[in-house]
Amino acid sequence: MAALIFGALLAVALRAETGRGFNAADWAALRFTLVQATLSALFSVLLAIPVARALARRRFRGRSLLIALLGAPFILPVIVAVLGLIEVFGRGGWVSAALGTLGLPPVQIYGLHGVVLAHVFFNLPLATRLVLQGWQEIPAERFRLAALLGIDGWSMFRVIELPMLLRLVPGAFTVIFAICLTSFAVALTLGGGPRATTIELAIYQAFRFDFDLGRAALLSAVQLGLTVFAGGIALWLARGEGFGSGLDRGLRRFDGKTTTARCIDALFIGVAAVFLLVPLMAIALSGLPGFADMPGQVWTAALTSLWVAALSTVLLLCMALPMTTAIATERGRMVEIAGLLGLAASPLVIGTGLFIAIRPYANPQAFALPVTALVNAITVLPFALRILVPRARDIVARQGRLGLSLGMAGLPFLRHVLLPRLRPQIGFAAGLAAALSMGDLGVITLFADPDVATLPLQIYRLMGSYQMEAAAAASFLLLILSFGVFWLLDRGGHRHAET
Amino acid sequence: MLKLESATIRNGSFTLTADLTVPDSTTIAVIGPSGAGKSTLIEGIAGFLPVTQGRITWDGTDITGHPPGSRPVAMLFQEDNLFPHLTLAQNVGLGLSPNLRLSQGDKTRVTAALERVGLAGMDTRKPGELSGGQRSRAALARVMLQDKPLLLLDEPFAALGPALRMEMLDLLAEIAGETGATLLMISHAPEDARRITTQAILVANGTAHALQPTADLLDDPPPVLRDYLGS
Repeated sequence: MAALIFGALLAVALRAETGRGFNAADWAALRFTLVQATLSALFSVLLAIPVARALARRRFRGRSLLIALLGAPFILPVIVAVLGLIEVFGRGGWVSAALGTLGLPPVQIYGLHGVVLAHVFFNLPLATRLVLQGWQEIPAERFRLAALLGIDGWSMFRVIELPMLLRLVPGAFTVIFAICLTSFAVALTLGGGPRATTIELAIYQAFRFDFDLGRAALLSAVQLGLTVFAGGIALWLARGEGFGSGLDRGLRRFDGKTTTARCIDALFIGVAAVFLLVPLMAIALSGLPGFADMPGQVWTAALTSLWVAALSTVLLLCMALPMTTAIATERGRMVEIAGLLGLAASPLVIGTGLFIAIRPYANPQAFALPVTALVNAITVLPFALRILVPRARDIVARQGRLGLSLGMAGLPFLRHVLLPRLRPQIGFAAGLAAALSMGDLGVITLFADPDVATLPLQIYRLMGSYQMEAAAAASFLLLILSFGVFWLLDRGGHRHAET
Repeated sequence: MLKLESATIRNGSFTLTADLTVPDSTTIAVIGPSGAGKSTLIEGIAGFLPVTQGRITWDGTDITGHPPGSRPVAMLFQEDNLFPHLTLAQNVGLGLSPNLRLSQGDKTRVTAALERVGLAGMDTRKPGELSGGQRSRAALARVMLQDKPLLLLDEPFAALGPALRMEMLDLLAEIAGETGATLLMISHAPEDARRITTQAILVANGTAHALQPTADLLDDPPPVLRDYLGS
């Protein structure tokens, strides 16, 4: 694992030294990357605070469902969301149409604000869950005491909620900032041009258009520095994982009973729900009509994607399970760090490294699909470990001694105790791996020749040739496939699993 | 015969010293105040805690460095004595083969062991479907099949009601009698100790003392034990 990542980085580093230094376009890319990540994180967190506050103190039908849906963007393919956002906010979209009837000019989605809009779409749910977790961790007694003392509204916010937010918000901000730094697919589809190019996108352009490996390597090195720095801060500041466990726990609240408070909460929950759900509905609505007569390449691409997702899932499990075992039995401090490396190395950087490493020996395009699967697996690895390790630790702590006293050390314990008991977590991690790989539009763009495409890449190509109807239909298919594989694997893990 | 020869057992920053001999086929209670080191003694013998000085021998062989699975020891913990995802037959079968490769003969023995502890026909049940008493019985069935000469118990029935606890203790004594195993049992209840043990080890102030008759120790407890027993 470490050899792979470091090998890729080394390949990049060796190339980078032959580079000529930063030119004006590179500086612009760096500036844009930082600006869009800052704005995206800022808006996501600022919006998340009132939404999380409303969710924390209101009980209503569908609340659990809404909170569960907040987890969905994690496995939602970027290209699908982007297409949905274009359908709503694009030049020919719903918002523009509504403005048109009022005699106003249409809105434009391409550029900085489009990139930020898409990032907020993806990260508002994550931010909301992180902030909501903070609210849920405030002990119920605190609210009871506040009710006794008649603390409500603004003073409630100042006395109880603000201190929690001050502790939590910097972490949430940096996590989202770090995620947006490595944004590629959003910038590829909604950005572009000298004014809206992220470093990740610049790596791709240096590669695809100029085939300037030295420049790609230099940019990769810069990107790596950025992500390691931001990722380090995020890990240090952020607590909790935001996977949403226990977030629908009921907590009795005595404050916020005024009509104004109710209206404000309803407004924020409503706006967030509409903002998150309408683009997806748009995809379903525009995708459904074209579903029957999709071009043949779409189905071929769908098969390719399923294949890549399956391979990626297998690769992920081959890496994650031995690492989990090593960490849980406390043999693996280093292993844990190696797992986190996946967070630091951006997919395009690893992809660039592998491309440079493969090229002297073979045609990298021939390895497009396996490399995509591998890089996808590495990207999911840190998340998979966060899912698997705590449970594995718990199993070893509770049942390790019984196993030892029965002479089950080693393989028998693994086979008869650890793996069977980890099944729900393995299913969840495998589901994430499959869904993320299914929807990934990243490394594949570096390697693919015109004859090969995964489904996301095929959608991107359809968009590029303005076949929007076919693109919408293919997006709908991708949406179904991504959520489908996740559901199947996650479900498979829970079936017949005893606690 | 088990011997602890000037053995120092370390449990974090706490240490317990023991210099004592345990003869075969004896039933022994481990008695002492809370925090005196009863569990440390049992877990040191089982191999879960390191012996930093001295040694532990079994029939003259030094077993100080042996892993828990290869010691002549079967053990019952306070809880979690069964794997919740395995059936009773599998849980009991682990006493015969740690990797669950069971021959037809093994399977017959598993069924017989379950019958012996009063769980006939429950082979395919899982621990979650059983009562606390039934779970204890299943664990005893496995101990029976493990057939180790030394049986260590860390208050395994503490969570059961008084009547059920007595029932389990009697079953335990019967099984130990049948296999000829030496029983080493931590107990907080003097009546438990009197019921099934003849000898006792007093653990107090970081020392495990040599064996003495249970009745003598409980009838005339030293001051450190008297405060604890509250009599």
